[in-house]
Amino acid sequence: MTGTSLLTLAGVSKRYPTGTLAVEGIDLALEAGDFLSLLGPSGCGKSTLLRMIAGLAEPSTGRIAWPGGAPAPRDIGFVFQEPTLMPWASAAANVALPLELAGTPRRDALARAGEWLGRVGLAGFENAYPRALSGGMKMRVSLARALVTRPRLLLMDEPFAALDEITRFKLNNDLLALWDAERFTVIFVTHSVFESVYLSRRILVLAARPGRLDADLTVDAPYPRGEAFRTSADYAGHCRAVSEALAAAMERRAA
Amino acid sequence: MKGGTGRDLGGYLAPLLVGVAVLGGWEWLVWARGIPPYVLPGPLRIGQTLISDWAPLSASLIYTLKLTVLALAVAAVAGLALALLFALSRGIERALFPYAVILQVTPIVAIAPLIIIWVNDVSISLLICAWIVAFFPILSNTTVGLNSADPNLQDLFRLYGASRWQVLWRLKLPGAMPYFLAGLRISGGLALIGAIVAEFVAGTGGAASGLAYRILESGFQLQIPRMFAALALISASGIAIFLLLSLLSHLLLRRWHESAQDGERR
Ligand SMILES: Nc1ncnc2c1ncn2[C@@H]1O[C@H](COP(=O)(O)OP(=O)(O)OP(=O)(O)O)[C@@H](O)[C@H]1O
Ligand SMILES: [Mg+2]
Repeated sequence: MTGTSLLTLAGVSKRYPTGTLAVEGIDLALEAGDFLSLLGPSGCGKSTLLRMIAGLAEPSTGRIAWPGGAPAPRDIGFVFQEPTLMPWASAAANVALPLELAGTPRRDALARAGEWLGRVGLAGFENAYPRALSGGMKMRVSLARALVTRPRLLLMDEPFAALDEITRFKLNNDLLALWDAERFTVIFVTHSVFESVYLSRRILVLAARPGRLDADLTVDAPYPRGEAFRTSADYAGHCRAVSEALAAAMERRAA
Repeated sequence: MKGGTGRDLGGYLAPLLVGVAVLGGWEWLVWARGIPPYVLPGPLRIGQTLISDWAPLSASLIYTLKLTVLALAVAAVAGLALALLFALSRGIERALFPYAVILQVTPIVAIAPLIIIWVNDVSISLLICAWIVAFFPILSNTTVGLNSADPNLQDLFRLYGASRWQVLWRLKLPGAMPYFLAGLRISGGLALIGAIVAEFVAGTGGAASGLAYRILESGFQLQIPRMFAALALISASGIAIFLLLSLLSHLLLRRWHESAQDGERR
């Protein structure tokens, strides 16, 4: 870990035109290379926060700063809850999209898309159309598309929530392996305490209505983490701590 | 199409049997009751007329088909172009769409006489009538298609700094193709109807060449079998246009769209 700050949020709030105050007073410093999870109940503003960091929405108040320089479009990768692929385009064409939008010639873009499909375990599926792929495979295509520009920051909004547990575990491991090799920074939104503990170095617990940061926990288990970690007492301890923090956050809000 | 040949055969066989049964019943009725051909000719008699009068009938068929295909082509190009313009500017859409609706809800029989008076060339006025009828489904379908792009995909394009042109060309247009093709299939039949109706309105003062004119002429001359033969040609044309456009749609969409899946999954 370098310790340099990639991104800082200072007093960030978002009120939608409908009057909903989605998040309020978020302060956060994100270290480059970190794996951060945002954990919180439905409607606590996790997606809103992610969209503001991606530049897809403007904060109503507060500032989002990039100490190392403002990001170019290729510096941020985004993975949605749904695979969000273009159904009329092959897997390779879907992955090549960010490059082509940036002006990379089609042939080069497709070649690099092929490489990345290989890296997410989909070698040989370059010409497959999304409808011929399983849910897990579509998610892999989506991941390859987010990484093909070699982003500094990868934003993931409950990416594996719709998958079965076996597929999700596999994708978790593959994501960690890619993160280990590429050293991008991750903000990972999830509903799952277990998933957040397994993956992240740092977990932020949000409380709902309006969304506020309620707890900031560190999971100090070493990487690489594998199935052994999933069954360890250390893992169980962290899960308990995070669950308690989440319950406390919900309780404070209900009171 | 892969697989299910037996099922496909069954799919064709059922309507074919119904057709044969209806034609057989019709022929039997005409024969058993001794109905004269100037009241109701049997299918065999109509078939004979189709062969004996093929020269004038085929000339009319070609005239009507040319008109229909041309009207459909112009409607497709104009409908697509206008829908793209709408997609680029909500202001233009709001300003123009109501007039497209007015054009659509005005009965073509009511405005055809005016168009025929205003436009000197009869063929061109018929073309305009057929175009008016065919234009709207393509425009409205394509507009809906262009507006229904996945919001998350739109966000993704924004994230990567895509231009409006890139969004239109790479996201909205491909996504609108199934809608456009569905509109085209509806418009194919409508263009034929528009061409026929307009020619009826033009009547004997018309170009004296299309299938509608053949029907009018046969009516005056009490050549009822020839009238039925012309009618049969119109139906056949409508069916052929629909099948061809369905095939086109299937070929363009089969690799990705649910409406054009090859057998297996259903
Ligand atoms: N475009 C919008 N306009 C108005 N209100 C919105 C909009 N998007 C979200 N909201 C509201 O803001 C609040 C936070 O929504 P957000 O989607 O960020 O929550 P979330 O934590 O991602 O929830 P989930 O876990 O269900 O995805 C909700 O109350 C939601 O109704
Ligand atoms: Mg969300």
